[in-house]
Amino acid sequence: MSAKTVNHRAWWLVLPVVLLVGFNAVIPLMTVVNYSVQETFGNNRFFFEGVKWFDQVVHSARFHDALTRQMLFTAIILAIEVPLGVAVALAMPRKGVWASVCLVLMSMPLLIPWNVVGAMWNIFALPDIGLLGWTLNKLGFDYNYTRQPFAAWATLIAMDVWHWTSLVALLAYAGLSAIPDAYYQAAKIDGASSWAVFRHVQLPKMKHVLTIAVLLRFMDSFMIYTEPVVLTGGGPGNATTLLSIDLVKIALGQFDLGPAAAMSLIYFLIILLLSWMFYRVMTLDEE
Amino acid sequence: MARIRLEQLQHSYLANPLQDADWALKKMDLQWNDGGAYALLGPSGCGKTTLLNIVSGLLRPSAGRIRFGDEDVTDRQPDQRNIAQVFQFPVVYDTMSVYDNLAFPLRNRGTAEAQVDARVREIAALLDLEAMLPQRAAGLTADGKQKISLGRGLVRSDVNVIMFDEPLTVIDPHLKWRLRSKLKELHQRIGMTMIYVTHDQTEAMTFAEQVVVMHEGTVVQVGTPVELFERPRHTFVGHFIGSPGMNILPCEVAGGVARFAGIPVPTANPAGGAAGGKRTEIGVRPEFVRFAAQGIPVRVARVSDAGRHQVVETRHGDTVIRVLLDEHDAVPAQTAHLAFDPAFTRLYVDGWLAGERA
Amino acid sequence: MKRFMWLVPALYIVFLMLPIYWLLSMSFKHTNEILGGFTLWPRNFTLENYHKILTEPTWYMGYVNSLTYVTINTVLSIAVALPAAYAFSRYRFLGDKHLFFWLLSNRMAPAAVFALPFFQLYSAIGLFDTHIAVALAHCLFNVPLAVWILEGFMSGVPKELDELAFIDGYPFWKFFLKILLPAIAAGIGVAAFFCFMFSWVELLLAKTLTSVEAKPIAAIMTRTASSSGYELGLLAAAGALTIVPGAFVIYFVRNYIAKGFSLGRV
Repeated sequence: MSAKTVNHRAWWLVLPVVLLVGFNAVIPLMTVVNYSVQETFGNNRFFFEGVKWFDQVVHSARFHDALTRQMLFTAIILAIEVPLGVAVALAMPRKGVWASVCLVLMSMPLLIPWNVVGAMWNIFALPDIGLLGWTLNKLGFDYNYTRQPFAAWATLIAMDVWHWTSLVALLAYAGLSAIPDAYYQAAKIDGASSWAVFRHVQLPKMKHVLTIAVLLRFMDSFMIYTEPVVLTGGGPGNATTLLSIDLVKIALGQFDLGPAAAMSLIYFLIILLLSWMFYRVMTLDEE
Repeated sequence: MARIRLEQLQHSYLANPLQDADWALKKMDLQWNDGGAYALLGPSGCGKTTLLNIVSGLLRPSAGRIRFGDEDVTDRQPDQRNIAQVFQFPVVYDTMSVYDNLAFPLRNRGTAEAQVDARVREIAALLDLEAMLPQRAAGLTADGKQKISLGRGLVRSDVNVIMFDEPLTVIDPHLKWRLRSKLKELHQRIGMTMIYVTHDQTEAMTFAEQVVVMHEGTVVQVGTPVELFERPRHTFVGHFIGSPGMNILPCEVAGGVARFAGIPVPTANPAGGAAGGKRTEIGVRPEFVRFAAQGIPVRVARVSDAGRHQVVETRHGDTVIRVLLDEHDAVPAQTAHLAFDPAFTRLYVDGWLAGERA
Repeated sequence: MKRFMWLVPALYIVFLMLPIYWLLSMSFKHTNEILGGFTLWPRNFTLENYHKILTEPTWYMGYVNSLTYVTINTVLSIAVALPAAYAFSRYRFLGDKHLFFWLLSNRMAPAAVFALPFFQLYSAIGLFDTHIAVALAHCLFNVPLAVWILEGFMSGVPKELDELAFIDGYPFWKFFLKILLPAIAAGIGVAAFFCFMFSWVELLLAKTLTSVEAKPIAAIMTRTASSSGYELGLLAAAGALTIVPGAFVIYFVRNYIAKGFSLGRV
């Protein structure tokens, strides 16, 4: 790929984006930072407390537990959704009526509001009245996600995979479409096997979309809130209490704006740091 | 592996072609001899890339057969036809080094690694790529990448034909001639059949021994560059080749003599057989038009300086006739007369050279 | 092996359709039946859930509102993202890498963090309870996504194509509209769909910034979790109906998503 030319006037092209996003980001963010370093006793008076909240949050065991659960969850769904999405994209027809059918059906889970997704699966997986729960129990499994932590996790993961794999698949499909025919033609003439074509033509050319897919799923799964809350409420116990659920419990349940704000910032920083690392790794060879 | 023969070849991209215009390639028979350097020349959309892809096997023709030597290869896949193709935009395997790129076709065919190494180095030397072998292919410039594409074709010892689909399109102008010379040099050294598709007549004429000129899906003329220049069989060839192209003047034919604006014009081919109702034209290249004391009266409209020549644009009524003069020749001021060299003036009927139907 | 490739998308789609079938079947049941026991299909088939949604203005206006701000947001996001993506893809400029990552980082903030500040901000500028407010607010996460996707696809188009066009005499706008955009059609299709989708399902900010005039369907649906318990049938019907606009969108962009571009001189 030929080198990009240096052109500082390109800033004009980027300006609308910066303004639009900046307006939404910078001002509100300052508000949050503000809260995070202050103490209030509810009477709208704030006292500057410095890093007390950050300190408290970072050292709490409860926070560590939620963080661990979160990391585990994210790791599992990434390991399932990315390969599955890519496999589906590779196997889908490229054109014709079946391609349209596939695309429309695949996109459906993505379009359902997240609270409905949670509610759907909530009923769907209930042992006595839901299709999944009832079938599993009929098949001999002792399955009750409201009581068994393992079942709760399995259901949560199944729900997320069901909900979001299509995102990866759609991105991968678009990425595959954008590979010019000439590459396939050259590979054909070079006598490459399907596996060689995948490894040397398709996968490299899908790098961009795969980076986007992985990072998107990483970020979103780290922030996931509505679906698990509606599905399990964080339970049984706190088996599925992921990071954002914990955060909201603290903020709303205890009206502790200070710790909550501090926690959200730490949360944000963790995502930022990990995403940055991911990003650097995946775009390494573009230097 | 000797000749390439296309027999009764026809192709349409539509499922049910009805009219003439639906056919990308109209019925044709064509033959290329072993070891020749050929060019497929024509404007965009004339079907040259289609033809190329049919020969290489990337496209299956709607009708007709293709033979390599005595074998019918119409049903064979590209990797079974012993061909190589270089595309318009450089196609390299980005993740691999230059070495691995060149080795790829051989490794896919299960060649022993020692042989692979020898062959890769040999071809790299031929193409001046030796220094870059360990580098990542993605980091090379456009001409480097095209050389890799070419190299992948040369590396296989079973390749008989190399096809080029406008390969110099993305190369920097000052590097174009270098790559072109390289290709010519390669051809002389290796002696493989090379078929070069282009819309640039300079590239075609300098590279090829024989040029196949195409227009709207038909092969209009096959000949050496000189033949195409001096004796175009179709007005399209005359017009497309040469800069500026041939002058084409509408004329009437009566009594075995062609006349332009009432003035008889002697032509190299006999005008006698021209039947009524068909479009008749005189074709003569600006190189063979002179200013003379008498002949066709014209008005001098414009003079363009083209380095060592001058192109004088003259008008007779609405017809433009161009004259090519040396840079130091005098140009008449306002009005003049033109005479055409009869040996290079030809009559065309319906676009085709009179007396020689397609 | 190749003959069985179709099994992969087929099985995947069956997996996807099971819960959707379930959703549909719930939408045609009374809440009692849903909670009463397991029935594979509606024993007492009813259309009352759909009837309620399609006749009560508070319900169907929810759809209209959502559609309005989502459309505004999608068009706006893609429109500003295109030039920015071109800049990131073709040029190096001061702070470009940092700017790019900053954009991405905006997608990493949980909406909960921004809810209250957004409420204050948009009220302060008098845009509370308007479609525009939600459309603008959603730009926070959609614009970075659009830029990100479009930049990726633009980088897949070799720069030589730009140069060829300029040599051929195309003015920049013509090159952009007639050559570049068609070449990245797949990227535009998928970016447009994602902007639509993420804006469509976003609940928290949309709910926070609206009250009556521009209330989105997602917010109205939360009303079903009322004091009388979960009105599941209604929720299911509403959920089923939310699939429809998005299905149209993807149907509309399907040709773009599947479109390749050939490396050839235009």
